[in-house]
Amino acid sequence: MIESKYMNPYLAGFFLGIVLLVTIYITGRGLGASGSIKSVVVASVETVAPAHSKETKFFKEYNSEHQGSALKNWLVFEVIGVIIGAFISGLISNRLKLKLEHPSGSTTRARIFGALIGGLLFGFGSQLGRGCTSGAALSGMAVLSAGGIITMIAIFGGAYAFAYFFRKLWI
Amino acid sequence: MGPLVPEVIGNELNFIVAVFIGIAFGFVLEQAGFSTSKKLVGLFYGYDFTVLRVFFTAGLTAMLGVIALGHFGLLDMSLVYVNPTFLWSAIAGGLIMGLGFVVGGFCPGTSVCAAAIGKIDAMIFIGGSLIGVFIFAEGYPLFEGLYKAASWGNLRIFDVLGVSQALFAFLLTAIAIAAFIATTIVETKVNGKANPEFANKKMYLGLAFATILIGLTAFALPDKKTDLMSEAYSTSKFSSDDFEWMTADELAFRIMDNDAELQIFDLRPSQNFTALSLPKSQNIKLENLFEKDIIKMLSIRGKINVFFSGNDSLAQKAAFISTKLGYKNNYVLQGGMNSFAKEIINFTNPGNAESKQLVDTYRFRESAAAVIPKLIKENKLKQASGETMKTKRVLGGC
Repeated sequence: MIESKYMNPYLAGFFLGIVLLVTIYITGRGLGASGSIKSVVVASVETVAPAHSKETKFFKEYNSEHQGSALKNWLVFEVIGVIIGAFISGLISNRLKLKLEHPSGSTTRARIFGALIGGLLFGFGSQLGRGCTSGAALSGMAVLSAGGIITMIAIFGGAYAFAYFFRKLWI
Repeated sequence: MGPLVPEVIGNELNFIVAVFIGIAFGFVLEQAGFSTSKKLVGLFYGYDFTVLRVFFTAGLTAMLGVIALGHFGLLDMSLVYVNPTFLWSAIAGGLIMGLGFVVGGFCPGTSVCAAAIGKIDAMIFIGGSLIGVFIFAEGYPLFEGLYKAASWGNLRIFDVLGVSQALFAFLLTAIAIAAFIATTIVETKVNGKANPEFANKKMYLGLAFATILIGLTAFALPDKKTDLMSEAYSTSKFSSDDFEWMTADELAFRIMDNDAELQIFDLRPSQNFTALSLPKSQNIKLENLFEKDIIKMLSIRGKINVFFSGNDSLAQKAAFISTKLGYKNNYVLQGGMNSFAKEIINFTNPGNAESKQLVDTYRFRESAAAVIPKLIKENKLKQASGETMKTKRVLGGC
């Protein structure tokens, strides 16, 4: 079976904008992603090393701001939805396939290493910047938050600034 | 009026809503092609600007929608989460994320999306993010200074730049369209051929034109709040269509009568309110009239809304705004708290009443002067025990 074409980007953007608008109207908050990763980390540390979690400042601050389990969090439920939604989309467009994707010019090893380090940086940066491309940049733009828009400019500006040095990974 | 959480949709149901919103979010991201890193990093090398197109179209759509909902009073922006601004951590965090983007090829949302359709590199990216968050958590004392520096609060970008929301929204729309056109030209050059998807130039010109028009309507939709506030401040004399007057005597009578329809809005500074507040009164600021809690009170049918301030100038503005917002039965206490204190609370009979009517008035005031201070005292005790409820801003963000 042949993969379907991707949706027209402007149409997809319009739909994404509507999803975000509806989210803000219903819940009073925007979309997000990195927050759920934080929840998973907080919950894991609590389970594996409860004593450590009780005496580390970051987890103490998190627990003083949140009630109940770290996993009972709006973004965790939203990301569960994202997995389901993306899976359905992949299913109807024939894109479900277990594979490690890497550009022809680069190696599998480089891709594994890049994905790991890139993820690490993104995870770290999203904590420092209080949100990622979804939570800070996109949702921040929708409500015209100064912080969100500054983060957005820094993400894309940073990516352009560093792109040259990592071109071998992609082209 | 939005947001619907937590009143219309409870906090528990909100988790179910989150799953459905996530499904829509994930579906659109995957359909847009955000499940492959090659497409995602394309914009940084000029061969595929899909991310820029989807991202900016989504941002504009949501932004213009939020402005429109706010204008028509369908969304209370004071309850919507606005990401707080911490200047240095926003810049540093953003730059690190940018680096992560070109090294890893994903961002958190898109990596989840890609992992869901089986991309192993995306799963590795998620693993990396977990480690990254863990490192931040463990090293938190080291980064805390930077993390919390330059805290500017929940600022809106147009306030920082000192322009109106409408102007900023329009400029952003114009910039986005210019970027759409420029990047399509770059993409064609880099790839050596035009993307057949965008062959229909007329349709795209039409779309761009329509978007600019929609962007322009942001001007025709100036923020209702700014508009009414400036109208209230520039009007020197209000007419009888704007509100009615209520005398201190009538208000005193209604308070003593325990009038169930009475709603009192106190516009004095909060320290005056704390020192002395009338029974069943609310301390509000002019801008609270545009917020959900007060709107809920004002929109109850059959209620009598009495506004008062120290004299009566601020109260007149409030009653005017309330009427303009479409709420009925707006009254202003004549002479404000100053008159009320003089004529009722601290009333002493001058004993020189000439007419029968004045004798009656004085008699009423004497009895009111005995009762109302007691009611005020009881009210203060009630307030001290903390009977006030307020809808809070939602906590959002990542």
